[in-house]
Amino acid sequence: MKTELRTNLKAIFGRAYVRLVGAHREPSWLISEALLPLLSTASFVYVYKALKAPEEYTGFVILGGAMTAYWINVLWSMAAQFYWEKEMGNLELYLVAPISRMAILLGMATGGFYLASTRAIFVFVVGSLIFKVNFVVISLGKLALIFFLTQVALYGLGMMFSSLFMLFGREAWHTTNLFQEPIYLLSGFFFPVKSLGFTIGLLASFIPLTLGLDGMRQLAFKGGKESGLLNVNLEIGILVILSIFFLIAAHYALKYMENMGKKEGRLTLRWQ
Amino acid sequence: MSYAIETLELTRTFKKGKKKNNSNSKQPELIMALDEVNLTINPGELFGVLGPNGAGKTTLIKILSTLLLPTSGIGLVDGIDVAKYPEKVRKKINMVSGGEHSGYGILTVRENLWMFSQLYGMQTKVALQRIDELMNLLGMQEYSRLKISKLSTGMRQKMNIIRGFVCDPQILFLDEPTLGLDVQISREVRKLIKSWVKEKKEKTVLLTTHYMAEADELCDRVAIIDNGKVLACDSPSNLKTSLKQDAVFHIEVNLMLDNLDRFNQIPGVRKFAYEHKPHTGRTDLKFILENDSYISAVTGEISNNGSEILSLSKTEPTLEDVFVSLCGKGLEDENRT
Repeated sequence: MKTELRTNLKAIFGRAYVRLVGAHREPSWLISEALLPLLSTASFVYVYKALKAPEEYTGFVILGGAMTAYWINVLWSMAAQFYWEKEMGNLELYLVAPISRMAILLGMATGGFYLASTRAIFVFVVGSLIFKVNFVVISLGKLALIFFLTQVALYGLGMMFSSLFMLFGREAWHTTNLFQEPIYLLSGFFFPVKSLGFTIGLLASFIPLTLGLDGMRQLAFKGGKESGLLNVNLEIGILVILSIFFLIAAHYALKYMENMGKKEGRLTLRWQ
Repeated sequence: MSYAIETLELTRTFKKGKKKNNSNSKQPELIMALDEVNLTINPGELFGVLGPNGAGKTTLIKILSTLLLPTSGIGLVDGIDVAKYPEKVRKKINMVSGGEHSGYGILTVRENLWMFSQLYGMQTKVALQRIDELMNLLGMQEYSRLKISKLSTGMRQKMNIIRGFVCDPQILFLDEPTLGLDVQISREVRKLIKSWVKEKKEKTVLLTTHYMAEADELCDRVAIIDNGKVLACDSPSNLKTSLKQDAVFHIEVNLMLDNLDRFNQIPGVRKFAYEHKPHTGRTDLKFILENDSYISAVTGEISNNGSEILSLSKTEPTLEDVFVSLCGKGLEDENRT
């Protein structure tokens, strides 16, 4: 039991290492994954400034812009990852190894979170400095908790998607594209999700970033509470449920994918 | 006696598209990848599975390495059922496939190998020491800190081979390990495999290949497989001895012969295989005859068709001749079609 735990922890770190190193080894990411998102975020800031929107909207946008790093990471480096791993020939090596498959997903998620954080922090810090964002934090503890829960639920969703996307096979690329832009809208990356109306906002809450962003905005900016979708405590409760749900769903999706793959031979056949 | 690997009536079919049957309902067409395969491999044995592409070699390895379920039959690794207890099997095995592109381009060779060693719970110090040893053995020291995206195909395959050996598995599956490698690198890889099995008597290797020389050089025993069926299983020397009474002739003619089935009609021809050489416009013919006296009938048939014999030699039987005698075709024939 102890040996198994140690092996799985080593596997988590081993798989995470690829992304820990990847976060720094190729500095070109500064342009494609930090500078360009910062520019698109800035354009929203200027729209709000031109419309003379309340001051906190600048902060809303900067926070949303920073959080896009996690969504992109979850879509491209979690959800679609098993498919790419199969194409590269890594998947069968993971499946032959004496480890829990969840260890691989956790390694991917841990490394991915670190990698996305480097991008998110860059956008957040530089954006906040350039646009002089004014933070009024109501509860630092709740803010940290809601951020943590959002990440657990979000990467849990990514872990679940990774098995499902692999079953879609070569459609993974299109599915990822399909999810990317609409979620920017539905989760309210650049505006309070309440603007979409309560029903749509609530439906969009299935994506953890919706409630995460909404809760963080309520806790970090003056006037954030007025534009909030739900009570922060309720949002925390829903995020806890989503976290548990997605992690359990990821476990079963992985099992289903593996069994199906072993029956049909899809785990090893490329371009399927 | 407990075998390292044992298969009992192991069968695997794959669905291929849909075809209409007589009742007009669409039913999937089935491909028989493995057809009731029975094999026993002893601990410490270097066992080869020899066959053309599509013979079922890779399917066999995928099942034994827990990546694929059998349609029926049983596969046992160290006495453990691969379908029922895959987690237990995985603690005893590792696998390397020829031509695989595993690893991450952003990491160096050493980092990639370390990363894969972590999947087996190896201590970092032990893993790195072993990686360095194996890299030295395969002459890869200078590539250690190079990103794998910069490696040639041969070097990449050497890295894959090292990956298979790093965790020192009890049973190692090598699926076409020298596929596409040049002569020198293939030789180095074969040397490593041989020395590993020789040094560690309890280790078992199951190697698939369609290179007969590789099977001949490396393997204690060889199973010849085609269309999912095991046609023969013995040591390379015993397999070749089975052809000793026959006469094996290689003939090269100056034309790209067609209508070659006629050679099978000649009395005394037990088996016949050929290979067209489009770049030279010639054809290599291989005959297994009941005895030497039938060669005149063969040469007569060639001459009757206006072809000129460029060379004719009687050779000692090779594993490929054994394959021809069992299947009525050469190992390379499948690749042509």
